[in-house]
Amino acid sequence: MISIVWAIVFILLAPVAGGLVAGIDRRITARMQGRYGPPILQPFYDVGKLFEKEHIVVNETQIFYVICYFIFMVFTGALFFSGADLLLTIFALTLAQIFLVLGAYATYSPYSHIGAERELIQIMAYEPMVILAAVGMFVVTKSFNVSDIAASSVPIVLLIPGIFLGFLYVLTIKLRKSPFDISTSHHAHQEIVKGITTEFSGPSLGLIEVAHWYETIFLLGFVYLFFGFNPIIAIIAVAIVYLLEILIDNTNARVKWQVAMKSSWAIAAIVGVLNLGVLYYLGV
Amino acid sequence: MEIVQLLLFLILFPLITAVFMLLVGKDTERNWIVKLSALGIGAVLVYLLITGFDKGTLYFAIGSEPIGLVMFAIELAIAVFILYMGIRYKNYLVVSLIVLQTIVMIAFEAMFAGGVDVQYNLFVDQFSIIMALIIGIIGSLICVYALGYMKQFHEHHHSCSDRRNQFFFILFVFIAAMFGLVFSNNIIWVYFFWEITTLCSFLLIGYTKTDEAIANAFTALWMNLLGGVAFAVAILYLATLGGGMMGLDQLLASGKVIALIPAALIGFAGLTKAAQLPFSSWLVGAMVAPTPVSALLHSSTMVKAGVYIIVRLAPIFQGTFSGYALALVGATTFLLASGIAISQSNAKRVLAYSTIANLGLVVACAGIGTYEAIWAAVLLIIFHAISKSLLFMAVGTAEHHISSRDIENMHGLIRRMPRVAAMMVIGIAGMFLAPFGMLISKWVAIRAFIDAPFGFIFVIILAFGSAITVFFWAKWMGKIISVTPDCENIEGKVDRSEWIALVTVAGLSIITCFIFPLISTFLVEPFLLRNYGQAAQLGQYNIIIMIMMLVLLVVLPLSVLLPHKRHKHVMPYMGGRQTTPDMHFSGSLGIQRQMELSNYYLENIFGEKKLRPLGIYLCTAIIAIMLAGAFATGVFL
Amino acid sequence: MAYLKKSPWIIHYDASSCNGCDIEILASLTPMYDVERFGIINTGNPKHADIFVVTGSVNEQNREIILNIYNQMPNPKAIVAVGICATSAGVFRECYNVAGGIDKLIPVDVYVPGCAARPESIIDGIVTALGILEEKRKTLNTAPEGAAAAEPALVVQEPAGGAQ
Repeated sequence: MISIVWAIVFILLAPVAGGLVAGIDRRITARMQGRYGPPILQPFYDVGKLFEKEHIVVNETQIFYVICYFIFMVFTGALFFSGADLLLTIFALTLAQIFLVLGAYATYSPYSHIGAERELIQIMAYEPMVILAAVGMFVVTKSFNVSDIAASSVPIVLLIPGIFLGFLYVLTIKLRKSPFDISTSHHAHQEIVKGITTEFSGPSLGLIEVAHWYETIFLLGFVYLFFGFNPIIAIIAVAIVYLLEILIDNTNARVKWQVAMKSSWAIAAIVGVLNLGVLYYLGV
Repeated sequence: MEIVQLLLFLILFPLITAVFMLLVGKDTERNWIVKLSALGIGAVLVYLLITGFDKGTLYFAIGSEPIGLVMFAIELAIAVFILYMGIRYKNYLVVSLIVLQTIVMIAFEAMFAGGVDVQYNLFVDQFSIIMALIIGIIGSLICVYALGYMKQFHEHHHSCSDRRNQFFFILFVFIAAMFGLVFSNNIIWVYFFWEITTLCSFLLIGYTKTDEAIANAFTALWMNLLGGVAFAVAILYLATLGGGMMGLDQLLASGKVIALIPAALIGFAGLTKAAQLPFSSWLVGAMVAPTPVSALLHSSTMVKAGVYIIVRLAPIFQGTFSGYALALVGATTFLLASGIAISQSNAKRVLAYSTIANLGLVVACAGIGTYEAIWAAVLLIIFHAISKSLLFMAVGTAEHHISSRDIENMHGLIRRMPRVAAMMVIGIAGMFLAPFGMLISKWVAIRAFIDAPFGFIFVIILAFGSAITVFFWAKWMGKIISVTPDCENIEGKVDRSEWIALVTVAGLSIITCFIFPLISTFLVEPFLLRNYGQAAQLGQYNIIIMIMMLVLLVVLPLSVLLPHKRHKHVMPYMGGRQTTPDMHFSGSLGIQRQMELSNYYLENIFGEKKLRPLGIYLCTAIIAIMLAGAFATGVFL
Repeated sequence: MAYLKKSPWIIHYDASSCNGCDIEILASLTPMYDVERFGIINTGNPKHADIFVVTGSVNEQNREIILNIYNQMPNPKAIVAVGICATSAGVFRECYNVAGGIDKLIPVDVYVPGCAARPESIIDGIVTALGILEEKRKTLNTAPEGAAAAEPALVVQEPAGGAQ
């Protein structure tokens, strides 16, 4: 069942929700660090400022790629919340990310280039786990459609706990949080300057930021699916997961990409084989 | 025209063209004949499609005895030729294999050929039509492409003698043989055409006659001959212990156990032809051949014959231990070959390993053999043939202008050769991005694997392999679209016939994505229904969503034509260092350096030296288990 | 809306400073002073920055770099010269190897004297720059195209030491 209404709700409200989540994130991070932190609406001020700035580019093609990245990121989230096929949503997400990577490559800049290579390694690291998460959900609910999974009364997280933990592991990568913020990171955590977003300024950067909000809401929605059998528990679980991510972000230093990739793969392989194997053996 | 006449036309007409190819004197004559032949073949194929798609499976009885004898005579001639070549180049492995193969065939012919009775030698069904479309349309386009390519090739390579007459002769003989292969119901006929493709491949790989080319040609020869020996043994088995069955229809109808041993042997032959591990090195080595050879034989057609026969025999493998072993060979090849592709910077080697990997995926689907898996396999075959041939042709064209086939030299291709770069980008996107064909096929494969018993192992392998392919395709794409300072447009001298081929195949790759629901409904699903009793399809919503994405992807790039204000341009951030527009910057100690960007190749994780031996050991073991399992099942049951 | 005032991102560069002022700038980011309260983030990337915080008295090597960073910042932008060396070269005014302050190269908007400047002064200076940024943003939007403040010329010099 595809729900256009939910898709439109997502398209309109996700930036607001995503920005608030980002603001709360920074506030809690600051408190963890013994500071006051910015106001919760700060991300909106940031994006507002970015759209007011002059639009400097290295070449014109990068704008095209960023716009495509934005469009397909919104498309991905809209697909997800309208209840469509989960695998197709994951593939649409990959398409969106590839556009951002291409935008970085297009600038022919050293920091962008390294950021783009690392971003691809990141994608390679988390993609198996995300696909296996979708497969796990199919195995226990017999459907790939988000609408069916969300409405299912099957306690998904209890049946695929290994896959859930594996998904949390790679969620850190997707949210661009330490220790896996190797291609670009929030604000102060530079390493290769700003990595993939180095050569974007003003409105382009604002678009990337808003796209990341859309992505965050989509990812939180994915976490929700694991607990879909009880909406109240699900929302609490999503909140706890996000708080956990913030905690991990603040207590870990960035790792090398080799560590990120190998550990993600090892975890995906192990939980995939064990969890799916057990389910298969039990005849689920 | 009756359908059987269309089939005979398709098999025999390229032979006529081939003979003309030997006789032409001037380039213009050749150009005309090739282009007219391409049009002829294409027209007949379209007619076949229109008249044949809804007829189900049709069988045709064509006189067996005299044709059988002619085939045997040609096989002997080929064997003598290969024997001569083996002796002349002192390749005794090839000598022993061809002798062994010939002994088996002579034994069969002398003792048992009389007892074999195949009612129908030719047949056609929707899968044959699909294969024929690929062979005919893409094959003909590649021959057109070869007109321009080979002309430039010989201008660049003076050391290679210009034997284009022979080259095109072999190309068209090959196309005829491929048509014969996919329309044959008689297994001996399949074997005959199979061996012709082996010979064509051998001759074409060695075309440049350099030491490396000759060595690689012989590698291809012995590996394919190994498969040929297995094939011959299968025929002997069928003639003796198999009750004289020699038709594919009889084999498929016979019930699994009897047919398993010959199916496993023929499956083994398919594995060698499709360059699955441990037989991958011949395909990678074959990349020394001129690009049309790589595009036609070694990506879209000949290697597809290997997986074609495995898909044909899939009902026999379904649910058996040997079937799973076969699928595991394919899956392992998919994973490891994709990994090796990351570490390659030679564009043709990347394409070769990607081909091996995707063929592995088809083999995995065929080994699993459920109706969903076969659906995925057929879709994979279609989309891979289109995208890969496009990529090979684009790389070949680019190579002549940038004098390199190394990806590291393709930076800024979007500036230097915009339209060729666009073709390459379409090809690459077609290989791994949603909503293009290959990704849809992989999606279908995931669903197919989940539903199969023990499928979760294959799903996991597919998930990892799929992630790996994203990496090496995207980084190549990034190289092409990076806007570099050196931007002299060197595209102007691309040959017209190359353009025709490139644009047509690029257009095909996009159009097939749009009409894929039609292909599925009218061609693939009836085929599945007849052979498996069930048909699979993508949900209606999914198709709508994919069409939406396609429309977006086609429309969005057109936005660059819209007028927009030019933004302020600055240099990339170089730490503030003074940098010239062509990216010379003042480095430490005041020394001027040139900025160079290169891709990650991750040699120490994905290097050929690491992954290939692993693959060879693993797959040799699994193949041994597969054959043992088949023999055990066949002997004891 | 006055977003620039609420979200000023800075890029910091040390133009041959003794690092004293730089350490004080760093101190402003710590929980003690916590400038992120004001939305200030230290980005290392001129393309993302609004305020250019410079210390030091500028030697030969720094010249081009300051100009490059300045030119890669999108408008509106403000320059804050921190420390007496950035303001007027301080005790090094007569030295042969320094230019004598940031304003010898690029137009400075706010001067924060001190040796080393205290974090409170630095924060005060940046907050002052916010108001200037707002003013510039208004003129940026109302000014005709091309009437922005003339960019200091980026002289493409012959490569020192010849092409290597």
